[in-house]
Amino acid sequence: MTEAALTTVVIAMIGGAIRVSTPFMFVALGEAITERSGRINLGLEGTLVLGAMVAYMMSYRSGSPWVGVLSAGGVGMLLGGMHGFICKLPRVNDVAIGIAMMSLGVGLAFFFGKPYIQPTAPRLPAIPFGDWLGLPQAWRVALDINPLFLVGLAMAACLAWGLRNTRWGLILRTTGDSAPAARAMGISVDRVRFLATAAGGVLAGIAGAFLSLYYPGSWNEGLSSGQGLMAVALVIFARWDPLKCVLAALLFGAAGALGPALQSIGVTQGYYFFNAAPYILTLCIMVVSAGSKRAMRHVPGELTMSR
Amino acid sequence: MILIPLFALLLSALLFSGFLMLVGKSPADFYQLVWRGGFGTSFSLQNTLQRAAPLILTALAVAIPARVGLIMIGGEGALVLSGLAAAAIALPLIGHTPAFVLLPVMALAAVWVGACWVGLAGYLRHKRGVNETISSLLLAYIAIAIMNFCVEGALRDPGSANKPSTFPIGEANMIGKIPGSDVHWGLAAGVLLAIALYVLMARTTFGFAARITGGNPRAALAQGLPVGKLIMASSMIAGACAGLAGFFEVAAVHGRANASLVAGYGFTGILVSFLARHNALAVIPVAIMFGGIAASGGLIQRRMDLPDATVLVLQGFIFVVLLVSETLYGRFKIFSGERSTDRV
Repeated sequence: MTEAALTTVVIAMIGGAIRVSTPFMFVALGEAITERSGRINLGLEGTLVLGAMVAYMMSYRSGSPWVGVLSAGGVGMLLGGMHGFICKLPRVNDVAIGIAMMSLGVGLAFFFGKPYIQPTAPRLPAIPFGDWLGLPQAWRVALDINPLFLVGLAMAACLAWGLRNTRWGLILRTTGDSAPAARAMGISVDRVRFLATAAGGVLAGIAGAFLSLYYPGSWNEGLSSGQGLMAVALVIFARWDPLKCVLAALLFGAAGALGPALQSIGVTQGYYFFNAAPYILTLCIMVVSAGSKRAMRHVPGELTMSR
Repeated sequence: MILIPLFALLLSALLFSGFLMLVGKSPADFYQLVWRGGFGTSFSLQNTLQRAAPLILTALAVAIPARVGLIMIGGEGALVLSGLAAAAIALPLIGHTPAFVLLPVMALAAVWVGACWVGLAGYLRHKRGVNETISSLLLAYIAIAIMNFCVEGALRDPGSANKPSTFPIGEANMIGKIPGSDVHWGLAAGVLLAIALYVLMARTTFGFAARITGGNPRAALAQGLPVGKLIMASSMIAGACAGLAGFFEVAAVHGRANASLVAGYGFTGILVSFLARHNALAVIPVAIMFGGIAASGGLIQRRMDLPDATVLVLQGFIFVVLLVSETLYGRFKIFSGERSTDRV
């Protein structure tokens, strides 16, 4: 591989990491909130797909992509709220409900999404940082950054600070670590978890909007294959820490961008292998992080997964 | 015990009727078409049974680990990869091996690959505590990627232009139909396996130990039960079931491995198993019911102008309502299954 080609690949991977990581980041932050409250929502994959469809539909109908983003968040809140409400009932398994919500979300998205596969909806604009800095062409493409990426970064910082330093953060952490302790503090455990699951749904819905309105930037039934699920696995790797969620998302973005980056310089061999790379990476990461005692020290005590 | 799933089915059918009315379609037409397309004529019934065969097997792949307390949902991946393995191992043997040798070899390869694939998720769960639900689903995506990689690369039949596939195993080597019907032998295999696994789980020491582990893993460990071996064995049995489904899809339906294997049988199997309350015998009728719904999909699409995802929506409704209804267990006397005389 020549040096020029290597540079191209590196730049494409940086750009790709920024682009591809955004949905991972949103879903992971949402799931981190939910899991910090002591509940796991595996259904975010369904929320992501339905969010993507609704965002595309609303953007097409209204002409404004931001309306699409907002309605995707709204739909995500509905699905997350439904998950949160159902899990409140006794004897209901939150992992199984997650699978059910996944299939319902995907089903609804495919059902209502059929007519929107063909038309083109207005897409989200990008902020051309590369142009402002006067960088060469290759960098310009890589540094066209979507505002949602910056929103995600800001949100991760706020969350990390808020979890540690605010009353709400304390309530969320207590609920997740020990429900009896939270009850003793007079916190309504069910309400906190309901709100945390709904908030997680909002973020997953917005992640879907990013997929259909920015990158890849169109709606079709193969839009997300397991990205919501990978993000859930990523939260374990990030040890339920919002800032580490961002780092992990960037890592995943880079892994996901590897295939297209190599394709851009003419390496087409192993295309399917690079498609599978994020899944394999997730699995390896789960194997490494699940067994370690250090990771387990951070796990919210009420999480069913850890028992 | 059977009342609650039936109640959930009825309720979700009602809710789905509401959904259909919201999108301006007639629920009466819909259910009539499901009946006609899935069960009404002998042709549609055979189509239903044909689809029920893999569903029985993929549902067993969920039901057996569920008894040990694992939610394994990787049936789709094991099915796809096993189908590929069956087709791949057949290729060098075709032509100079009689079918009665070739088919068992294919079946063994498929079962073994499936058992290893889901067994891997079980192994990771036992050794490293990796959440088996997530890992098995990730393995499913990886399996589909491997299948696509192989049928577009090394194993590709250059003649399959539009739909990359392996070379066909040949008409002569395919498994025939059950005499007097249009249904392949996979149905018989599924039913027999379901009965065998029911006996295994209900009547043997293994099944007893597995059920204790599923009910309370700590108690099982304290009793000295081999929890790790039970987890491994049940996930390998699960993978073998899904693998057998993949074998029949290749050897009896498609005749080659290609993207048609990714038909969602693995995912519908999850719902079938939950609705059957992970009971291997109950899996059979539930699988036939969902086979019927799938079989009527085409008719519904044509007659009612509904997208093919309608079936997915219906399945999603049933799944959610079913799990919500779990909360009813032990709440009401009529659902408790036994007459309680101690309470007044």
